[in-house]
Amino acid sequence: METIIKPVKPLRIDLQELWRYRELFYYLAWRDVKVRYKQTAIGVVWAVIQPFLMMVVLSIFFGRVLAVQTNGIPYPIFAFTGLLFWNYFSNALTGASNSLVANQAIIQKIYFPRVLLPIASTMVYLLDFVIASFVLAGLMVYYHYAPSLTGLILIAPCLLITCLTFSGLGLWLAALNVKYRDVRYALPFFIQVLLFVTPVIYPITLLNKHRWIWLFNPMSGVVDTMRAGLLSVGTINWQLLGVSFGISIAVFLFGLFYFNKTEHYFADIV
Amino acid sequence: MDNVIEVKGISKQYTINHERLPYHSLRDDLIGLLKKPIRWLHGHQEVQEPFWALKGITFEVKKGEVLGIIGANGAGKSTLLKILSRITYPTTGEIVMQGRVGSLLEVGTGFHPELTGRENIYLNGVILGMTKKEIDAKFDEIVTFAGIERFLDTPVKHYSSGMYVRLAFSVAAHLEPDILIVDEVLAVGDAEFQKKSLGKMEEITKKGGRTILFVSHNMDAVQAICKKSILLEHGSIKMMGDTKDVIHTYLYDKTRREPIKTFEGAGDKKQACLNRITILNDEKNPSTDLSIAKPFYIEVEYTLKSAFSAFVVLKLFSTSLPNQYLFVSWSNDNGYANPSEPGTYRARIKVDPILNTGMYSYLVGIATHTEDYIDYTVQNDIISIQNVEGFPFPVVMHGRQDSFFLYSGHWNITPVTPDL
Repeated sequence: METIIKPVKPLRIDLQELWRYRELFYYLAWRDVKVRYKQTAIGVVWAVIQPFLMMVVLSIFFGRVLAVQTNGIPYPIFAFTGLLFWNYFSNALTGASNSLVANQAIIQKIYFPRVLLPIASTMVYLLDFVIASFVLAGLMVYYHYAPSLTGLILIAPCLLITCLTFSGLGLWLAALNVKYRDVRYALPFFIQVLLFVTPVIYPITLLNKHRWIWLFNPMSGVVDTMRAGLLSVGTINWQLLGVSFGISIAVFLFGLFYFNKTEHYFADIV
Repeated sequence: MDNVIEVKGISKQYTINHERLPYHSLRDDLIGLLKKPIRWLHGHQEVQEPFWALKGITFEVKKGEVLGIIGANGAGKSTLLKILSRITYPTTGEIVMQGRVGSLLEVGTGFHPELTGRENIYLNGVILGMTKKEIDAKFDEIVTFAGIERFLDTPVKHYSSGMYVRLAFSVAAHLEPDILIVDEVLAVGDAEFQKKSLGKMEEITKKGGRTILFVSHNMDAVQAICKKSILLEHGSIKMMGDTKDVIHTYLYDKTRREPIKTFEGAGDKKQACLNRITILNDEKNPSTDLSIAKPFYIEVEYTLKSAFSAFVVLKLFSTSLPNQYLFVSWSNDNGYANPSEPGTYRARIKVDPILNTGMYSYLVGIATHTEDYIDYTVQNDIISIQNVEGFPFPVVMHGRQDSFFLYSGHWNITPVTPDL
């Protein structure tokens, strides 16, 4: 094995190297899961309680008080389907964005492909997603909704779009966060705004005129598709899903590119 | 031909920005952007000063060689290690290394307080570059060396600092790459554990086959494990060769051991700063070559920028035990009242002739009751105590070479008459 150290890092992703570091990736993710469940008194229950309580609150205000039109879907299950993917997206994005600053002690002392950190720190939220999925299954049984076969098949592409989007944004924001510490404070606000331009708490049909907003937001394709597919209500908007997929790939590549371009100075300024 | 490390003309430039923190705030950058045209009108340039931490470093290391790297603070040792460990990149030059590279710039990198000893061994091991298989194979050895068998499943936040350090070092010591880069990791733990760690390091080097780069302030440790050494000074290699000669050159370098150290009033944000520290001999002349038989003085000139009570702290330590202070003295010891009005002051401490021959380092700082140091500096291996004029009192040398203090005990011997 030969290591060559040169001033400017060539702009490329060394897949062989990433493969060599797979155990580190696993242990970084494993650490976050372990620590998370050790630090909290009720551990796993958090993954359930968070979206569940949010669903209850939203049901009261948007379902009852504002009586948002939901194609006849009971508001709780309508909201939860959206929240399931939205929470995974927003938590993973936050985790990835803060990962470099949170792990600066390691970055300053040891070499490894830095890209592992933001991605590994999202893995704990995948676990949350899986756990929360069982709650959705329970709600579906309770409200007598069954998914269509297309809906079940589309879970994988929808998850892929979600992962590509938060990974791309997360890599970009994580790198930016190293240089500009304000990112940490701007991020919650940014995510809050994103929530309102994603059809999580209201259906996509509500704002017909301003549809173009959603075209730029891959998460609207995910939420809309999953709601139609998993609850077998309405038709799947293939056009929207396709655009979402395209944009998520673009976002991911941009994030990876920016991260790759800036990672060599992380240790100097983190 | 069997070079495993080839360093060719490595330089590293940092840009020191006097106005800002190393990381930026988006807000400041935006404001800076707006201010730029105004500044330009005023003919005001931003203060950006390039600083070369390393300049044209070239050397080679053969397979199985153990190379020491020494030098004063700021000579570029850490930067060199960081470049060799790929944590940061050089500005110019190239390095080629053959084999698996492992670096230990710190023990316990990535340790998480919530995780148990067992879990941290795996986490830390993988972070350092071991595979799970390797850790499995060495697990018992690691635990035994650290001596923490009973606490393996306790979160390390409940460990004593000694246990924590022992475990961290133990994981690190079982790292077996082809090239090992080590920085100051022996300077942890109590004296006994340090000895054990040094023993382990020697054992590793003697086993052979492994190439090691070793940075330390502990000259005894460098002497013990490195045959060859490099002396860095102001970012360049000043000398390379036999460790004994290199250490001698370093320790007795008069230009490095300037008795007067002046500091630019670093940082306007600080409420107080050190201006100058001077070491004076018995006759009040600046000198760092001092006599074992006579007292010496350390004079600290400092400035208080606002009204508050601050004290000067002096900590003295030896080159051969860098993380253990020989003594600590506060300028308000004995209830002596310190000035608390803004102004510039000069504090002088007299150190009685108690130190044995050898090389000593000092830490001088300004502290308050609540804050450890507002400003401080460490000058390594700067005070040389020599035996030129003879001992201050008639002594028997036997066994005294290894002692830090030269102390004439007050003995009293009386015959014991057996009770009747």
